[in-house]
Amino acid sequence: MGRTSSTKEDAGALFHSLRSAYAATPVNLKIIDLYVGFAIFTALIQVVYMAMVGSFPFNSFLSGVLSCVGTAVLAGKSNFLSPLFAKDLPPERAFADFVLCNLVLHLVIMNFLG
Amino acid sequence: MSNSSTSDLLKPFKLKTKQQELLIRVSILCLVYILAFITRLFSVLRYESMIHEFDPYFNYRTTLYLTQHGFYDFWNWFDYESWYPLGRIVGGTLYPGLMVTAALIYRLLHFLRFAVHIREVCVLTAPFFASNTTLVAYFFGKEIWDSGAGLVAAILIAVCPGYISRSVAGSYDNEGVAIFALLFTFYLFVKAVNKGSLAWGLASAFGYFYMVSAWGGYVFIINLIPLYVLVLLITGRYSMRLYVAYNCMYILGMLLAMQIRFVGFQHVQSGEHMAAMGVFFLMQVFYFLDWVKHMLSDTKLFQEFLSITVTCAVAAGGIALGVGMASGYISPWTGRFYSLLDPTYAKDHIPIIASVSEHQPTAWSSFMFDFHILLFLFPAGLYFCFKRLSDATIFIVMYGLTSMYFAGVMVRLILVATPAVCLISAIAVSATVKNLTVLLRSKNKVAQIGSTKGTSSAKASSKASLDQSQPFQKNGAMALLFGAFYLLSRYATHCTWVTSEAYSSPSIVLAARGAHGNRVIFDDYREAYFWLRQNTPPDAKVMSWWDYGYQITAMGNRTVIVDNNTWNNTHIATVGRAMSSYEDEAYEIIRSLDVDYVLVVFGGVTGYSSDDINKFLWMVRIGGGVFPVIKEPDYLVNGEYRVDKGAAPKMLNCLMYKLSYYRFGEMMTEYGKPPGYDRARGVEIGNKDIKLEHLEEAFTTSNWIVRIYKVKPPNNRW
Repeated sequence: MGRTSSTKEDAGALFHSLRSAYAATPVNLKIIDLYVGFAIFTALIQVVYMAMVGSFPFNSFLSGVLSCVGTAVLAGKSNFLSPLFAKDLPPERAFADFVLCNLVLHLVIMNFLG
Repeated sequence: MSNSSTSDLLKPFKLKTKQQELLIRVSILCLVYILAFITRLFSVLRYESMIHEFDPYFNYRTTLYLTQHGFYDFWNWFDYESWYPLGRIVGGTLYPGLMVTAALIYRLLHFLRFAVHIREVCVLTAPFFASNTTLVAYFFGKEIWDSGAGLVAAILIAVCPGYISRSVAGSYDNEGVAIFALLFTFYLFVKAVNKGSLAWGLASAFGYFYMVSAWGGYVFIINLIPLYVLVLLITGRYSMRLYVAYNCMYILGMLLAMQIRFVGFQHVQSGEHMAAMGVFFLMQVFYFLDWVKHMLSDTKLFQEFLSITVTCAVAAGGIALGVGMASGYISPWTGRFYSLLDPTYAKDHIPIIASVSEHQPTAWSSFMFDFHILLFLFPAGLYFCFKRLSDATIFIVMYGLTSMYFAGVMVRLILVATPAVCLISAIAVSATVKNLTVLLRSKNKVAQIGSTKGTSSAKASSKASLDQSQPFQKNGAMALLFGAFYLLSRYATHCTWVTSEAYSSPSIVLAARGAHGNRVIFDDYREAYFWLRQNTPPDAKVMSWWDYGYQITAMGNRTVIVDNNTWNNTHIATVGRAMSSYEDEAYEIIRSLDVDYVLVVFGGVTGYSSDDINKFLWMVRIGGGVFPVIKEPDYLVNGEYRVDKGAAPKMLNCLMYKLSYYRFGEMMTEYGKPPGYDRARGVEIGNKDIKLEHLEEAFTTSNWIVRIYKVKPPNNRW
C-alpha cells in the first residue's frame, strides 16, 4: 500500500514539476509548441473523419494525414529556439532547411492528393 | 613529412603536400572510374552490342516505348501483347527508375547532338552506373573511416565479381541502377546522421525515392535503417542528429515512395514496412523523454517516468501491431521476402519461386568465386570497426552482417552484400597498410630518448617509434606490405579472369569451340524470333514456357501467353498443363487460349543443357500445383527422369516430348552413335517415330535450338 501511495505522490510531484518547468519557458517556444499541437490535432480530426466516412480515396486521406504529421515533425526538428536543438548548425541554415523540406513535402502532397 | 621521390617528380609544378595529395587522389579516382567501365565491356568486344538474358528485354521494350510515346503514355500503358487474353497494366506493375534514367540519358545525348540509338544507351547504362557507384563508395569510405579507406573501397568495388555479374554491358536490369541508388541512399543517410541537418535528410529521402523507383529490393533499406536506429537507441546513442535524420528521411521518403504506383500504399499497409513505422513512433517517445529530462531537475522522478513511459509505449505499439495483423489490415510478409527468413518455405509452397536458379542457397564456392580475398578481409574489417565504434561504423557493420546473412540464403543477394563487403574490407586494408607504412617511415628512437623526452611524447602518436625489443620490425613491415600488395594484385587478376570467363556471356548468343579450335557462334534464338517477326501474321499468339516471353515480345513483336513477369500462377500452370498433356488434351487447351504458334527450345543437337526438356519437371510441378490431374510421378521411372526407351509412357507421348523430338529420330548427331542420340541428356531417345496430329512444324533453326510449330485449325466435320 505504501508503494502505491508513494508512486501516486511521485506522479503528482512529477506532474507539478513538469507544469512549473513548462510555465517557465519563453513565450515564443510555447507558440511553436502550439503550432505543432495544432498540426497533430488536425491529423487526428482527419483520422476520425475517415473512420466515419470510409477511406475510399485512400491516397487523399494519406496525403492529408501525412502532411499534418510532416509539418509537425519538421517544425519540431527545426525549432532552433528550443534547448534541445543540435548546436552545430547556425539558425539561418536550420531555417533554410526547414523551408526547403516544407516545400518538398507540400509539392509531393499536392501530387499525391489526386 | 613529404615523400621525397614524389616531391622530386612534382617539384617542377611547385605543389604543396596537400595539393600533391589531392592530385594523387583525383587521378586515382579517375583511373578507377574508367577501369570500372571498361572491365564490363568484354561481351561487347567479343560479340556485339546487344541486350543479354531475358528480363532486360522487357526493360528494353518499355524504354523504347517511353522514348517513342512520352512519359504520360508510358505511365498509363496497358500492354495487350503479353499474358493473352489478360493483358498487363505495365504502368502500374513496373519499377520505372531504370527506364526513366536511360530515357533521360538518351534525351541528353540527343540534345548534345549525339545521334545514338536507344539500344546503345541501354547496353551501356549499367557500366556507367557502376562507375558512379565507385565514386559513391569513395565518399562513403571517407565518411566512415578516412579518405584512404575510401580509395581502397572504390578500387575494390570497381572490379568485384559479385557486382560485375549483374552490371556488365548488356545486362540492362534493375540491379545495375539499384546498387548505385542503394549505396547512395545509405551514404546520404549516414551523412545526415553525422551532420544532423535537415538538408542531408532530405537528400537521403530523395535517394530512397530513386531506390524505390528502381528495384523491389528497397525493402532492404526500409528495414535496415530502422534496425540501425533501434540498435543506436538501445546502445544509448540517441541524439538530436539521429532524430532529425531519421524523421526527415522516413516521412519524406515514405511520401515520395508512394508516388510509384507499383509500390502504392504498401508503406502503411504491408507487414514488411511496419518496422519503420514502429521505430518512427519510438523516436517520438525518445524525443519526448529527452524533453522531459531537460524540463525536470530531479533525476529519480525522471527514472520512474522513463520506465513507465517506455513500457506503455512498447505495449501500445505491440497491441496496435497485433490488432492490425489480426484484422488483416496489415498484410503479412509476402512469399518472396518470407522465403528469405525461412528458406524452406518456397520449396514446399511456391514452386515458381523455388524454380528460379538464382533463388537457391549459396554454396561456399560461389562466395569464393565472387569475393576472393574479400572473404577473409571482411572479418578483419569488422575487427577494425569495433575498435573505433561510431554511429557510422555501427551502420556499416550492421549492413555487412545482415547482407551477408541474406547472401547466404539466396545466390542473387550476393549482389546486395558486395558494397558492404568491399567497404569493410577496404577499412581492413587501409588500416593495415597505414599501420605498416607508419612503421616503415618511423625514425629510430634510441638517440632521442635522453634529449627529447618532452617532444617524443607529443610526436609518438604520429610517428610510431620502433620498439627496441623487436629489431627486425622494419623488415617485417616491409615483408607484410609486399604480402598485402601481392594479395591485392592476385585479387585484381582473379576478378578480371572471372569477368572474362563467367559473367560476360550474353546467353542469347551461345558460343562453343569447333573441331579445329575455331569459335562457333549459335545465334538460333534471334534467328527464330526474327522468323516469327517476318513470317507470321501480326496478331499471331505464341505459346512457350515463360522464360522466353520477354524476348518474344521484344524481338519477335508477337503476343505471348505467359512471360517472365510470372504474376499469374494459374495462367502459367495452364501452359504447363498443356505442355505435359497428351496431344489431344493439349490441343483443347491450346484452342481455348487462341494460340497460333508453339515455341520450344531444344538442346539435343548442340548439347545445350538449358532447354525445355531439362526444365520440363518444373512445368509438371507448376502445372500440377494448380491442376491435380498432372501428377509428377507419372513422368518418372523409379523416381528417375529419363527420356530413353525406359522412360514412362506418359513422358514419351506428352506434347513437350513430341515437339522437342519431332523428326529427331532420323538425325545423326554424333559420330559413332545411333541416330536420335540426345547430346544434352547423353542417351538415345525412346520414341523415334513421332507423328503430330494437330500441330505442324513451321520452323526449326539451323542448330535445332528453337523449334516453332503452327497450330492447325480443327478438322472439317464432314
